[in-house]
Amino acid sequence: MAHKEPHPDRDLIQGEWTERTLVEKLLEPVEKPPPRPWKVVVAVGAALTLVWLYAIFVTFVKGLGTWGINQPVAWGLDIVHFVWWIGIGHAGTLISAILVLMRQNWRDSLNRVTEAMTFFAILAAATFPLIHMGRPQHFYWVMPYPTHMALWPQYKSPLSWDVLAIMTYITISTLFLYLGLIPDLALLRERSRGWRRKFYGWLSLGWTGNAVHWQRYRAVYVLLAGLATPVVISVHSVVSMDFAYGLVPGWHLTVFPPFFAAGAIYSGFAMALTLIIPLRKWYRLEGVITDRHLDWMAKVTLASGLGVAYIYLLEIFIAWYAGEPAEWAQQVWRMTGPYAPYYWAMMLINVVLLQTLWFPRFRKNLTWLFVFSILANVGMWLERFVIVVISLSHDFLPGNFQLYYPTWVDWTLFLGTIGFFLFGLSLFIRIFPPIAVAEMVHLFHRLRKH
Amino acid sequence: MLYGLMAYFDSAERLLEALRVLKGRGYRHLEALAPNPVEGIEEVLGGDGRIPWIAFGLGVLGVGLGLFLQIYTTLDYPHNAGGKPLLGWPAFIPVTFELTILTITVGIFLFLLYINGLPLAAHPAVRAKEYVRVLLDEYGVFVYATDPRFDLESTKALLRELGAEVEEVRRD
Repeated sequence: MAHKEPHPDRDLIQGEWTERTLVEKLLEPVEKPPPRPWKVVVAVGAALTLVWLYAIFVTFVKGLGTWGINQPVAWGLDIVHFVWWIGIGHAGTLISAILVLMRQNWRDSLNRVTEAMTFFAILAAATFPLIHMGRPQHFYWVMPYPTHMALWPQYKSPLSWDVLAIMTYITISTLFLYLGLIPDLALLRERSRGWRRKFYGWLSLGWTGNAVHWQRYRAVYVLLAGLATPVVISVHSVVSMDFAYGLVPGWHLTVFPPFFAAGAIYSGFAMALTLIIPLRKWYRLEGVITDRHLDWMAKVTLASGLGVAYIYLLEIFIAWYAGEPAEWAQQVWRMTGPYAPYYWAMMLINVVLLQTLWFPRFRKNLTWLFVFSILANVGMWLERFVIVVISLSHDFLPGNFQLYYPTWVDWTLFLGTIGFFLFGLSLFIRIFPPIAVAEMVHLFHRLRKH
Repeated sequence: MLYGLMAYFDSAERLLEALRVLKGRGYRHLEALAPNPVEGIEEVLGGDGRIPWIAFGLGVLGVGLGLFLQIYTTLDYPHNAGGKPLLGWPAFIPVTFELTILTITVGIFLFLLYINGLPLAAHPAVRAKEYVRVLLDEYGVFVYATDPRFDLESTKALLRELGAEVEEVRRD
């Protein structure tokens, strides 16, 4: 065979590997006993999940009066968290889908864990609108079904778009995650015995690695990636329209869809960094999740964060330039009112501290990257707080102005979803390989042999 | 009972070469097994151009479903929302879009399973003792004993000649 230049992505897999040792390494999280931090995370996650279930129980039994929501702040922390979690989910689909289309090889070692992150983040998000209904047993009222009252959902309302967008998103992310898992499940099936063999056997659907199947599989995988890409953008745009369709000052902006999409990518990549940095350390995956991967993720975080920062400044400009008194009063209230610390903390993180990522010295400093990724998620949480709570607490009528005080139930619901997210993810990486084995082996093959 | 012969090759190029020879000798009932997609396999085993067309058809179906759902429900219960036109099509775009994607996604996934014959409870190639190798770093050809050209000794010799390690796959 003719000699070829070394592949430009050669350093994406570092160290001396053969296909077999690479597979052994990548299957370690599933096949070897877990490291101690895993047990701690599972224990904390399980405890918080139980507390979460208790808070949901309290909500259902006693009603929404246990939450801090009031008039006019009828959307409280629950909607803040809904938007926050949905946003976090987006980076997973982005890494797996958009980067497939762009033929970015560095996605191969990240996509599985971020897709799993997406899956649990959407589940966490979806619980909030469900319990916010107060009568969750009637959740199916948002579906189009022939009722005895001859009523249908109102399809001109963004709230019914939301239902379909989120459900489509859950479906496509789950199928995409599952489709990617099938070859790895077949491998695990062949490497295990007893009930595990049955478990992986059922899930792998009898995948044999037939070369013709592979061609079709690849075609469908790329097709699903192409479909998931617009869905990611559409989902958060639809979520933003839940707000932008309202007349509330601070919400009624046409810039909301790109604003929310940029924020979603930003917080999603930040959460991916928060998860991947410890994962890589605990499982000693430095050879496959290299510094270059983290550097790229930091760059995407910076790019999307700059989009967010730009729109913060644009919001101020629009409020001033539009000359709408209520809009401008809302801006001033954000900056000087009782919620000003939240607003300025958001500005500090998402506008000022973000700028550190321009510098390779900060991007390559894993401690700072880890701290910043957590801060960025706090910043994006604050942004949703600014949009939801601060906007609602100061609408048109001064007689209406009222502050919002979250209760212990609100906070427990939030901490509970974080626990559920960590618990689900840690179980996931114990049962399914957190790095896509077949794809990594394929990448290895392309990098080393061609 | 003999299911067939499993041949292990150590590179994709050898696999393609072996498939060409086997096809040339008139073997029809065989399967290539690989740990990842093999470039150039379409030229030997034939490609499958159906997937994009099926996806397109599902997309048209999805658009139809989405528009039907919204137009039907709006006409069945006419409701003036904020003075918007009864059939204000721009407001129908998001739901139509989501249902289109949903229809294609679910449909194409089921279609993939259907054309690949999955789920499959048992496959003779998996009974090969060294089968796991084709999921790791080797390439396999499984020649079914039912192939009209199949002859245990001569097929085995041919596969060895092509550079393979050969294993007989039997039901225990």
